[in-house]
Amino acid sequence: MTEIKTERMTGAEALIRSLLAEGVDTLFGYPGGAIMPFFDKLYDHTDHINFILTRHEQGAAHAAQGYARVTGKPGIVVATSGPGATNLITGLADAMIDSTPLICITGQVTANLLGTDAFQETDLIGITMPVTKWNFQITKPEEIPGVIARAFHIASTGRPGPVVIDFAKNAQIAEFDYSYKPCHFIRSYVASPVIKNKFIEEAADLINKAEKPLALIGQGVILGNAEKELIAFLEKTGIPAAWTILGKAAIPTDHPLNMGMLGMHGNYAPNKKTNECDVLIAIGMRFDDRVTSDIHKYARQAKVIHLEIDSAEINKNIFAHVPLLGNVKETLPKLTALVKTNLHHAWIDSFAPYAKIEQEKVIDKDLNSGKETIKMAEVVHMIGEKTGGNAVIVTDVGQHQMIASRYAKCNQTRSLITSGGLGTMGFGLPAAVGAKVGAPDREVVLFVGDGGIQMTIQELGTIMQYGIGVKIVILNNHFLGMVRQWQELFFHSRYSSTPMNNPDYITIAKAYGIQGQKIMEKDALSKAIEDMLAVSGPYLLEINVEPEGNVFPMIPAGQPFESIIFE
Amino acid sequence: MEKEYTVTAFSENNVGLLNRISIIFTRRRVNIESLTVSASSLKGIHKFTIVCVATPEQIEKLVKQIEKLVEVLRAFYHSDEEIVHQEVALYKVSTEALMKSNAVESIVLQHGARILDITPDYVVIEKTGHREETQALFDLLFPYKVTQFTRSGRVAVTRDTKERLTDYLKEMDFLERSETSKER
Repeated sequence: MTEIKTERMTGAEALIRSLLAEGVDTLFGYPGGAIMPFFDKLYDHTDHINFILTRHEQGAAHAAQGYARVTGKPGIVVATSGPGATNLITGLADAMIDSTPLICITGQVTANLLGTDAFQETDLIGITMPVTKWNFQITKPEEIPGVIARAFHIASTGRPGPVVIDFAKNAQIAEFDYSYKPCHFIRSYVASPVIKNKFIEEAADLINKAEKPLALIGQGVILGNAEKELIAFLEKTGIPAAWTILGKAAIPTDHPLNMGMLGMHGNYAPNKKTNECDVLIAIGMRFDDRVTSDIHKYARQAKVIHLEIDSAEINKNIFAHVPLLGNVKETLPKLTALVKTNLHHAWIDSFAPYAKIEQEKVIDKDLNSGKETIKMAEVVHMIGEKTGGNAVIVTDVGQHQMIASRYAKCNQTRSLITSGGLGTMGFGLPAAVGAKVGAPDREVVLFVGDGGIQMTIQELGTIMQYGIGVKIVILNNHFLGMVRQWQELFFHSRYSSTPMNNPDYITIAKAYGIQGQKIMEKDALSKAIEDMLAVSGPYLLEINVEPEGNVFPMIPAGQPFESIIFE
Repeated sequence: MEKEYTVTAFSENNVGLLNRISIIFTRRRVNIESLTVSASSLKGIHKFTIVCVATPEQIEKLVKQIEKLVEVLRAFYHSDEEIVHQEVALYKVSTEALMKSNAVESIVLQHGARILDITPDYVVIEKTGHREETQALFDLLFPYKVTQFTRSGRVAVTRDTKERLTDYLKEMDFLERSETSKER
């Protein structure tokens, strides 16, 4: 037996040492009473840990999400008990549904006060159960190293997700003999399911016989760092691919096999072909209703191969004829080894007429409207050109999010950071902060609406304090645009609570020491974008866009593909 | 078609797990009919026995969600034919009712129930069986004034020759590993 070296220290110090042992160098958060012993010890570690003080705990959670999504490492949040902790809930729910590795450490009242309605006590373990992959309340310092090690293992392996560690104040203060050992195994937890060769063979057989195969790419490819494995598979088989918005950057926008976006506002051809293909290969995606719409009329003709790490997703929405459980990083190469080299020219060519229809009915109008007023798509497209498709694109939620997903150019992976499953307005600005902190050498451009930016606008303060070089592009249509669009299409244009009277965003930016300008006309667009990109620090560009623009095509919620509308 | 299922989940013994399991039912609007938590035949592993009414599709998804929980080792579901199951019921009636005639005593005898406790004031009767059986006894005793009645959650064992979990644990090498981890 080897002797384990220990060192006597407080729980707060042990938490910091544990984080350092896991390679953490960045934290997002906000102090408060119950977490003060931790912040006191943090004061001694400012050389090793970059602490980003956000202006609201929700901002810290979304920033940590942005950080996690660009780096692939868990984002770490530290907040206090009670309101500090409850302010994290939206971020947790967002991370849960979008499989983002997040570790939230919250202060908690001293253990002997638990359950007494003490000041700033809240049952965070109870509250966060439905929105965390795992949570744990530390009441004794001896628990710290083991629990932190488990938290990292659980948050970042398997299907990643958020973890909450609720840290009672007494355990932060008390001393104990500390030593740290990373966790690689929990007997009740399957980080990586056993891959069954039988299903690999069945899948390969189906693919080899397929005449009209279609691959659907989800975020699982990015979470599994399997982008190369994906391209190898697609290029060997010659299978055309389409993506969910979280899977967008897994394949370069210009790749010849990239057929575009799936779902409600996705491209016409891949949505149409979903209902024509003979084999549907779903790779790390979960058949969300925004992708499938009416599941009873979704790909009924196809044999479905589902590559998925989470067994609860198999047959959840769409029946899988071949359930290929496992990390796509491992299953894709196994599959690639067994499939035949192929080209599906005729099948791929059959996408073109539908792409042409969409080009004429939607894209040409979006990109060359001929009008003086600027369209969102023109902005997204131009920024894509001027950044060479190398920027990290962050979005908020709404029309601009769909337009950005449709028109943004992504040459590399981890380049579209957006709130997919939860659709969290207010996600964008803090997520962009986290993305820039995580990828300081990349250009980070945020597209945000005039509604969403006001939900977390206080994070301009964070940008100011740390000089975070985020490029903020407000696409201002003076409406809550997506809700307005639905009101126009489905509620007889009764614009109930969607028009917005907005503040002067440039003056607000100025108050935070952030440069910016506002433009109204198309002639000014190109120069304004260049001015923005020429600035090394943060910048706010407000663009007045067409007030009642709509996002098309659109498959109305819950309806079959045939209900698609183009204008 | 909805029918009755018995879910068995094997887990670590951790605070809060019951809550995590129950919210999986709540969120999908499936009512838990009965619930029992106990030790299993495997050391250190706890067993949840949950009875609910659901469709085959619902129950399959539900059990996968339970199994997905970090602290759950495996979860299974069974229809009634696949298990041997029992519930225990306790009935309290007045001693006077028992003494007045032979009626109560003969009901108790006919139903394979037994008297656990007799005091000057009351008698406690116990009956083990299926829900319908314990309910039938309640209905018969009702005219004699049942002052208290309680029925336990279902306990069940499968008709398999051993605990299904054992094979899984052996396959995953978990039993051995958990031994060695204790040594450390």
